[in-house]
Amino acid sequence: MSAGTITSTQPPCTTSADVRDLALRIRLGALDTIATAGLGHVGGDFSVTDILAVLYGGVLRVDPADPAWPDRDRFVMSKGHAAASLYTALALRGFFPESELATFAGPDSRLGGHPNRRKTPGIETNTGPLGHGLPVAVGMATGAQLAGAGWQTYVVVGDGEIQEGSNWEALMYAAHRGLSNLTLFVDRNRLQQGAGTEETNALDPLDEKIRAFGWETSVVDGHDIEALWAAIRAPRDHGRPVAIVADTVKGKGVSFMENLAAWHHKVPSAEQVELARAELMGARA
Amino acid sequence: MSAAPEIAMHDCRKAFAQTLIELARADERIVAVCNDSVGSSNLGGFREEFPERLINVGIAEQNMVGVAAGLANAGYLPFVSAASPFLTGRATEQIKADIVYSGANVKLCGQSPGVSYGELGPTHHSIEDIAWMRALDDLPIVVPADPEQTVEAVRWAAEVEGPVFLRIGRYKVPSVSEGQVPAFRPGRAEQLTDGDDVTLVANGTMVTVALQAAGQLEASGIRARVLNMATVHPLDHESLLRAARETRGIVTVEESVPRGGLGGAAAEFLAENQPARMRLLGTHEFAVTGDVEYLFDRFDLTPGGVADAARNLLAT
Repeated sequence: MSAGTITSTQPPCTTSADVRDLALRIRLGALDTIATAGLGHVGGDFSVTDILAVLYGGVLRVDPADPAWPDRDRFVMSKGHAAASLYTALALRGFFPESELATFAGPDSRLGGHPNRRKTPGIETNTGPLGHGLPVAVGMATGAQLAGAGWQTYVVVGDGEIQEGSNWEALMYAAHRGLSNLTLFVDRNRLQQGAGTEETNALDPLDEKIRAFGWETSVVDGHDIEALWAAIRAPRDHGRPVAIVADTVKGKGVSFMENLAAWHHKVPSAEQVELARAELMGARA
Repeated sequence: MSAAPEIAMHDCRKAFAQTLIELARADERIVAVCNDSVGSSNLGGFREEFPERLINVGIAEQNMVGVAAGLANAGYLPFVSAASPFLTGRATEQIKADIVYSGANVKLCGQSPGVSYGELGPTHHSIEDIAWMRALDDLPIVVPADPEQTVEAVRWAAEVEGPVFLRIGRYKVPSVSEGQVPAFRPGRAEQLTDGDDVTLVANGTMVTVALQAAGQLEASGIRARVLNMATVHPLDHESLLRAARETRGIVTVEESVPRGGLGGAAAEFLAENQPARMRLLGTHEFAVTGDVEYLFDRFDLTPGGVADAARNLLAT
């Protein structure tokens, strides 16, 4: 558990405006990445984008020049199907060239349809099958706790995947160990692949359930940069793991995609890409 | 067990647990991860000496394997120790995605495999574990035959980078590699007897059975070569090729289902490289109720059963 060399590990954004700019660039990058590949999960990419922007822009201490730096913060994207936005965030942080995004899901690309730590710099564990990220993140945070190390573990799970029982095993154990070095974001866009979460296998009241498991919980607007940032920075002297239920909108930022289950993995046409880009740019202008 | 009382019997689980403690004294990265299995994995001594480094997640195998992957990511060297049916069955997808596909440096130790839970029945028997683990990409699979092999296999697992599956027997067995140095070589079969008539390929608890069968065969003029194939993956191709060329048939013997197991592995390799006449002995179906000795009789996993299979193979 030796201390590594600290170089360029500080997050690049210092203001909310910087993070908002980064979020726009992630959405535009993911949109192009999906359009070029002809596949992806744009709805979930856009619901999680602002969480990624806050983390990669303003929170995570990682070193793109040394992705295995032992004292780096860990980030686990349990909803591995949102790979296009994750890869874009990694590219913008400097883990690999942005130009490589054009290879997404192509033959022999390092950027597969789901993240692979053995190929992609900056990926901590392979995800794709749901309900895997949180247990692994609990193991990471347990490791830091055992070692007395100061690095933090952050994990994003989709709301639909909370239906997987493995998450509840991990929720129990994280609270049992008092892992206050662990932060869970639930990307609460209320839609799973086929329909709404509440009509499929209801999750509400989700924050109360997680709190009952022994976590410190809050509910924030998952597209409000300041609110997300503040929730992460809240004091940790309670000795409990932290869950932030982030209310989000699937397809956020593109009116014809928002809140539609169909955009879980629908690929936009060339014309739709132009419309989406214009709307995203317009909203930021 | 039916072994004669004068044969000293030894405990692989104790050898596993003691070796883990010795390794942990020298390597502070080593942690034990378990599922309320401190007793059944013999981890009481480890807990006493390293209370902080025993990670007991409770009865939750999916979380157990995921947590182990995370601990490896954090720089630790986790040995997951749990009853093999629940480790390999309940957490198969975690083993696939979090450990093997992710290349996590985690050692998976399946305790009490095969039919060792006897009367508790097929829910608790772990006869499918080898087949399930063998299907995973390039995961080393080791089934030690005795405490000497167990000690060296555990030490090897700690040294080698990447995931390993170790299958640790529950009940006491005679030593088959006493005085043999080294007792275990990864990826290599140990030839325990010479013979050119038939080859008996066995691992784990079945090595002793194969040796006793070879004794019975010798009495009837059949010279059997016994191979202790402790490593199921990667398989010792050279030993199998020689057996196929130099003897008239091969009988595989294992305490698991041969389809996908040691027998399946040997048959797949030989079918493509040196077709041989074979019999694959193992547990072919969910067991009836009975103790271990009774179940071995039912599945012909006895010296007589193995010898009969060899005679039958040579006679047809």
